[in-house]
Amino acid sequence: MENLIALLVAAPLLGAAVLLCGGRRLDRVGHVIGTALAFASFGIAVGLFVDMLGRSTEDRSLHQHLFSWIPVGGFQADIAFQLDQLSMTFVLLITGVGSLIHVYSMGYMEHDERRRRFFAYLNLFLAAMLILVIADNYLLLYVGWEGVGLASYLLIGFWQHKPSAATAAKKAFLVNRVGDIGLSIAIMLMFTTFGTFAFGGVLEATGETGEGKLTAIGLMLLLAACGKSAQVPLQSWLGDAMEGPTPVSALIHAATMVTAGVYLIVRSGTIFNAAPDAQLAVVIVGAVTLLFGAIVGCAKDDIKKALAGSTMSQIGYMIMAAGLGPIGYAFAIMHLVTHGFFKAGLFLGAGSVMHGMNDEVDMRKYGGLRKYMPVTFVTFGLGYLAIIGFPGLSGFWSKDKIIEAAFAYDDGIRGWIFGGVALLGAGITAFYMTRVMIMTFFGEKRWQPDAAGNEPHPHESPKSMTIPMIVLAFGSVFAGGLFSLNEAFVKWLEPVTEFHHPHPVISVPAITASTVVVLLLGAGLAYLQYGRRPVPVTPPKGSLLTRAARRDLLQDDFNHVVLVRGGEHLTRSLVYVDHSLVDGVVNGTAAGFGGLSGRLRRLQNGFARSYAVSMFGGTAILIAATLLMRAV
Amino acid sequence: MSFPLLTATAALPAVGAIATAAVPAARRTAAKWMALLFSLATLVAALVVVFRFDPDKVVNSPADRYQLAESHAWIADFGVRYELGVDGIGAALLGLTALLVPFVVLAGWHDADPEDDGKSKESVATGRWRPTQGFFALILMVEAMVILSFLATDVFLFYILFEAMLIPMYFLIGGFGDKAGAHGEKEAATQRSYAAVKFLLYNLVGGLIMLAAVIGLYVVGGTFSLTEIAEARAAGNFEMATNTERLLFLGFFFAFAVKAPLWPLHTWLPNAMGEATAPVAVLITAVVDKVGTFAMLRFCLQLFPNASEWATPVILALALVSIVYGALLAVGQRDIKRLIAYASISHFGFIIMGIFAMTSQGQSGATLYMVNHGISTAALMLVAGFLITRRGSRLIADYGGVQKVAPILAGTFLVGSLATLSLPGLAPFVSEFLVLVGTFARYPVVGIIATVGIVLGALYTLVLYQRTMTGPVKENVRTMPDLRVRELAVVAPLIALLIFLGVYPKPVTDLVNPAVDQTLSDVQKQDPEPEVEAAK
Amino acid sequence: MNPVNYLYLAALLFSIGATGVLIRRNAIVLFMCVELMLNACNLALVAFSRMHGNLDGQIIAFFTMVVAAAEVVVGLAIIVSLFRSRHSASVDDASLMKL
Repeated sequence: MENLIALLVAAPLLGAAVLLCGGRRLDRVGHVIGTALAFASFGIAVGLFVDMLGRSTEDRSLHQHLFSWIPVGGFQADIAFQLDQLSMTFVLLITGVGSLIHVYSMGYMEHDERRRRFFAYLNLFLAAMLILVIADNYLLLYVGWEGVGLASYLLIGFWQHKPSAATAAKKAFLVNRVGDIGLSIAIMLMFTTFGTFAFGGVLEATGETGEGKLTAIGLMLLLAACGKSAQVPLQSWLGDAMEGPTPVSALIHAATMVTAGVYLIVRSGTIFNAAPDAQLAVVIVGAVTLLFGAIVGCAKDDIKKALAGSTMSQIGYMIMAAGLGPIGYAFAIMHLVTHGFFKAGLFLGAGSVMHGMNDEVDMRKYGGLRKYMPVTFVTFGLGYLAIIGFPGLSGFWSKDKIIEAAFAYDDGIRGWIFGGVALLGAGITAFYMTRVMIMTFFGEKRWQPDAAGNEPHPHESPKSMTIPMIVLAFGSVFAGGLFSLNEAFVKWLEPVTEFHHPHPVISVPAITASTVVVLLLGAGLAYLQYGRRPVPVTPPKGSLLTRAARRDLLQDDFNHVVLVRGGEHLTRSLVYVDHSLVDGVVNGTAAGFGGLSGRLRRLQNGFARSYAVSMFGGTAILIAATLLMRAV
Repeated sequence: MSFPLLTATAALPAVGAIATAAVPAARRTAAKWMALLFSLATLVAALVVVFRFDPDKVVNSPADRYQLAESHAWIADFGVRYELGVDGIGAALLGLTALLVPFVVLAGWHDADPEDDGKSKESVATGRWRPTQGFFALILMVEAMVILSFLATDVFLFYILFEAMLIPMYFLIGGFGDKAGAHGEKEAATQRSYAAVKFLLYNLVGGLIMLAAVIGLYVVGGTFSLTEIAEARAAGNFEMATNTERLLFLGFFFAFAVKAPLWPLHTWLPNAMGEATAPVAVLITAVVDKVGTFAMLRFCLQLFPNASEWATPVILALALVSIVYGALLAVGQRDIKRLIAYASISHFGFIIMGIFAMTSQGQSGATLYMVNHGISTAALMLVAGFLITRRGSRLIADYGGVQKVAPILAGTFLVGSLATLSLPGLAPFVSEFLVLVGTFARYPVVGIIATVGIVLGALYTLVLYQRTMTGPVKENVRTMPDLRVRELAVVAPLIALLIFLGVYPKPVTDLVNPAVDQTLSDVQKQDPEPEVEAAK
Repeated sequence: MNPVNYLYLAALLFSIGATGVLIRRNAIVLFMCVELMLNACNLALVAFSRMHGNLDGQIIAFFTMVVAAAEVVVGLAIIVSLFRSRHSASVDDASLMKL
């Protein structure tokens, strides 16, 4: 079975290569090829999964060594894959949701003239994401890490003729690169400390070095995770990334790629377990982002940006759980999977709404859509119930566990703080999701003809789009419950991630009860504000916080003033310095010689007798000098 | 005596240059094919050398280090010998040079066609005006000299080639430029001759200082032969006073740093690359400049190990400045070719940093970097050249939305850009990461600062791509044709190579590693041990 | 007779020739002054030869004569062609060779 692992990657990679190199000839069938290969990869994944279930717990980690990649001295990087329970979970999520979104895109992108290219990029993304999760060393993981960044860049900027899309794509790539510095330095630190950067070697050797080194590695990994998973302070790209086509937002910027940071931290669990300071940093980043994203999500009128804020916040939960150590790893991954279902479903629902509304994204111009799009309404609604953690649905099972684990951070004040933040986040989640739900599907219709006089005619989307939504809705409802049956999910992951039962500062039933209360409060508030009163089409001015949240809590403004403006001034002055100072020194020397020779050439006046004078004079001086020397 | 394979490899392009120059004026196309044919023959010969070279041969004496060696007396009175030999590093760069020149020839196919004005037409008729023949003959001439300089194991022979290659380069830069740009023919010609003279003067000054050092070396050692010096050193007969060694080192290093180019000796490169046609720019940065970094590895470290160590802190600092400064200036450029030139300065900073990190990862990475940078810059620059030929402007602001009109051109440009920013999966990533790891292992702070280059590299390439290729289609771009077959034949193999070497760089690292270990033992350095001996 | 006196004479002749070169404009006179200087040198060389008792000075004097003869040939040719083209033998009129 080991030999099948490479095929997981090979199938979508082949798809990308064929579709990109095939040219216009494949325009008509490109989407079919791409989807077929995504499903092929999913089929292989399922086969491997069944095989893995059949093995005993100790034998579940498979290895496939392809070839030696970069061998230089002690630096030995291999192209080698490792498929264990953690990787398997991701592989199933990626290929499963990925295949569904391929199907959805067949409908969504039907009229786009560059459809073939779109599917090529999607396949490229699948391949890179799979490399990321099945690599057996950090350097190969880095390849997948950047590969998904590239796919994300290409797909965010898919509609390149829009300057905003091109800018958003560039921004996403650059911010991710800042995170990549972290990953690079982490790998270099591992190499100089342990002499290896394979997962096995590093994790075995962690015990043999000091906490300082491990903390440094952990913090660098956290920086990497912040970039990829849009955590504070590197979160600013995710909102703009919504410029991409909606299936992309669903697959890359909700379900899979943005969760890579969580994978990285859980995968490096052994390092973090031995570096409590780094862990604390992870928890703080998670907690801050959780609130940050939620607040941003409350203020956005653009449906996709509201969902993007929500994604940020939910990943904040996962990062926080991953920072809690063995009490949280399994729940981080569990929330990641359930979130993959319901958030992908929500985005696909949003895409379906936009599809029926002439690509309008402003929720203030929706309203009452439940009558026009029943399937979208129901699936979106189930996703909504799942994400706010409605008891019994997927989100409830996973998020509630994270809140419990957060309360169990320690026995003292920190447990209370982190637990409280997680609980508060649950309330805000309920608020902004209820707001989205009401503004989109309830109330009066608020859309008007656009400038060209085209009035939207909302309609239900084609089958290719609704079927993936229905499948994901099933996941949103049942996955969490299934995972929690007899702690099945936790036990499945335990050999890889370890698991300790959390002991929260307050009792578990109390936490569950307060979660439910908080979410009812949040939803109720949203209902009071948006359900009882008509929603104005033009946004009200709002409070200071609302206005700040609409601008992503001023992060972009900060970046613009400090980094963009500052950088522009710096480069401009450097261009000046290079021209006038560095080059100027040389040019000045040349000009000096030029001036000197200009003076000297006046001596060359053409009169033979004046030359003779200088000759005689020179000779006289020479003779005098010689005589003088001799006299001395 | 066996067949002089190395001489033959270097002689092929030289013969080709003469043959190309001799083609009658009217038969321009024949001259082009002649040049292409000879460059391909050189590639075959170079591949034979690379495959005949045995990287794992055990080195017992210094003479074993250079394989396929040839040695003849040349200027006997001064002990100058015609000595050739190839080691792993030389083999890699020989391969790169021989590989790139056919693409340069093919990319410059129409760059030197005489224009259809009355004056040149008349000259064509009289048979005196032969720019095409000259252009391709000069390119082959440069190739011959660069190849020979990678093979020379006699310091004086190397010096002569190092200087002599300036002559054909001068004429290539000054004599052939892009078709008149925004400022008109006269202004363009002025700029071009300024760039050519600047190129010549910078490199001549460097070369003269090196000449003094070469003579100094002869005075101290009594020989120009690398192997003889190494043998004498091994036998303990080669002593140099500390100050003498340092002065001689500086003399050599200065010349190489001008050629490489290292900050603050870099300002000739943007002018030269900006004014020259794209294929010539590739020749400058991907081929000729590599002689500078190659010579640091071969001459500076081998001849002056102690002085190299003495100078390392300053050189690393200058390399760091190059990396950051070159990248920042690239961001601020308005001219596509100058942007790529500044990017190259940044990359040369990485190469020099890797060499002077004195670790096997750093130096193997640096050698690999030379190869990969050659290929990636060639890909990016040649596509940029195709773009510039179409529109007749080098200014970034004159482009926009090319992606919509010419998707293949834009796609290849993107791959070239991604290679320039060292995307994992493409060849430059491997070398850049090796250089970073190698530097970090010995000088952690330097390594960490250099990672800033990762972000800045993405910044200037993506800004360039965004401004030229995306956004609304500009008026003048609307009718731009996509890549033609000839142009695709240039770019596609380069891209394939970038991907191949990104996934499987082992053939090159296997070639280079033993030679690098040799160099490290010259400077008596070993890789730092990891803190923990982990279970492998 | 003391050979040093010949040296005094040579110095005198050389100075006369040098002064002539500097103050006269006519090319022919200039030329004759140069010859005077050359011959002053010859006289000094021969005197040295006598003083030191070897033949080196005399040999060099012969060389000088040969060079002087060759110089006369070239120089006169230049002066004649100059005179033909400019109808003047003044050296100050021929001041075109300057930067």
